[in-house]
Amino acid sequence: MKTFAELGFPGRLIAVEGLDGSGKSTQIYLLKRWLELQGLKVYFSEWNSSELVKAATSKGKKRELLTPTTFSLIHATDFADRYERHLVPLVRAGYLVLCDRYIFTAYARDVVRGCPPEWVRGIYNFAAHPDLTFFFKADLEVSLQRILDGRPQLKYFEAGMDLRLSTDLYESFRIFQGRMLEQYLAMSTEFNFLVIDANQLVETQQTTVRELVSQRINLPKFKHKEKLPGKAAPESRRKTKSEVEVPVE
Amino acid sequence: MKRASKNLIVVPPRSDRRFYGHGVPRVDLDQLAGKLIVVEGADGSGRSTQIAMLVEWLEGTGHATTQVGLKRSTLVSEELDRAQEGNILSRTTLSLFYATDFADQLENIILPALKAGFIVLADRYIYTLMARDMVRGMDEAWLKNVYGIALEPDTVFYLNVPPEELVQRNFAKNLALDYWESGMDIGLSRDMFDSFMQYQRAMEKTFRHLQTIYGFTIVDGMRSAEAINNELRKKISAVLAGK
Repeated sequence: MKTFAELGFPGRLIAVEGLDGSGKSTQIYLLKRWLELQGLKVYFSEWNSSELVKAATSKGKKRELLTPTTFSLIHATDFADRYERHLVPLVRAGYLVLCDRYIFTAYARDVVRGCPPEWVRGIYNFAAHPDLTFFFKADLEVSLQRILDGRPQLKYFEAGMDLRLSTDLYESFRIFQGRMLEQYLAMSTEFNFLVIDANQLVETQQTTVRELVSQRINLPKFKHKEKLPGKAAPESRRKTKSEVEVPVE
Repeated sequence: MKRASKNLIVVPPRSDRRFYGHGVPRVDLDQLAGKLIVVEGADGSGRSTQIAMLVEWLEGTGHATTQVGLKRSTLVSEELDRAQEGNILSRTTLSLFYATDFADQLENIILPALKAGFIVLADRYIYTLMARDMVRGMDEAWLKNVYGIALEPDTVFYLNVPPEELVQRNFAKNLALDYWESGMDIGLSRDMFDSFMQYQRAMEKTFRHLQTIYGFTIVDGMRSAEAINNELRKKISAVLAGK
């Protein structure tokens, strides 16, 4: 599958991946703020957030109804909904789309749960690949500690308790997350992950992330158009001919 | 009381079990003692009548039965209904939602019932789901991969009724055509009658294509319910006898 840029779409999609507690959500939030404050067209989308599908997913999780197969399919449904209704139209409209988790989460998680890798990848083969994928690589103990600091208890599926790896929640989480990490690392080269050392300070990581984004994406291209087309935009510098954008009708 | 030997209930021999594709993890196929019988066909083709008659007959001959159908899962059936009311889901999403519904019933009803030696009667199976999506332009290979989770049934019947007759039966029953069964979401025609006819013809064609792959029995649905049921029983008796 191609990236959005390779498909010739004007927007770009940036995804973050990593274990629970790797700090990826904080990092993508800071990236989003930075881009927004520059006046760029930004849209943020989270894993498992499609309103309609979410109701079914949370019911399934609460009542522990999910099997590896239905867990995989219901998340694919959620992803497809966001992909078809938001991600693709926004990328086509020239947005910078930020995704907290993308198909690689499914590749890793569903396979750890025992789904055949070819089956999982086949399901998601309608999805274009991100233009940039950051992988936040934290030590297992670091991510476990972050989860425990933030919340009183680990969640059933988050800890992989459905896999009966251990009757102890924390032990199960360790084993499950360890296997997730193996899957992520095995994919790293194949999907050109930009690996960030997530044991570092928040600021240090964010510096690297912002540097990489500005190196690889022509950010000024994503500026919002002037809201009042009647008034002449104040020019801070002269535009070269190639930079002049085609006006929207 | 003396028991006549004709009251002996036939114990069906084990089937050679297979998934169509990758299957679902953690299932021991050798443990599935029951039988899986599928009845396919459009709305108005007589599926539910036939299934009700089969249940009577099977229970009468001493077999435990369970029924499954589309959009009956605990997990997502309500959400699917709501999604369809508003017609807000795009194709891949709707397709995967249905696949989730199917998988939930497969793992939580079909497989456990087969393990317990039940005869499972499925009021439609993956073929309707695939045909609907294929008519809507989705990729066949993609669908085959998704539904590679499905267990190969012991026998599949397709009740074939031409669209002209389906339309009559639908009006006789509901005095209206169903939005989805008329394929109105595809935009074949603004006229619902035209759309229904075109859609059902396309479905029939797709079923014939799927028949060449999955080899189900095409049953002439234009005969009396009894005549059709006799044909189904004959085939099912053969399955139960291990033939």
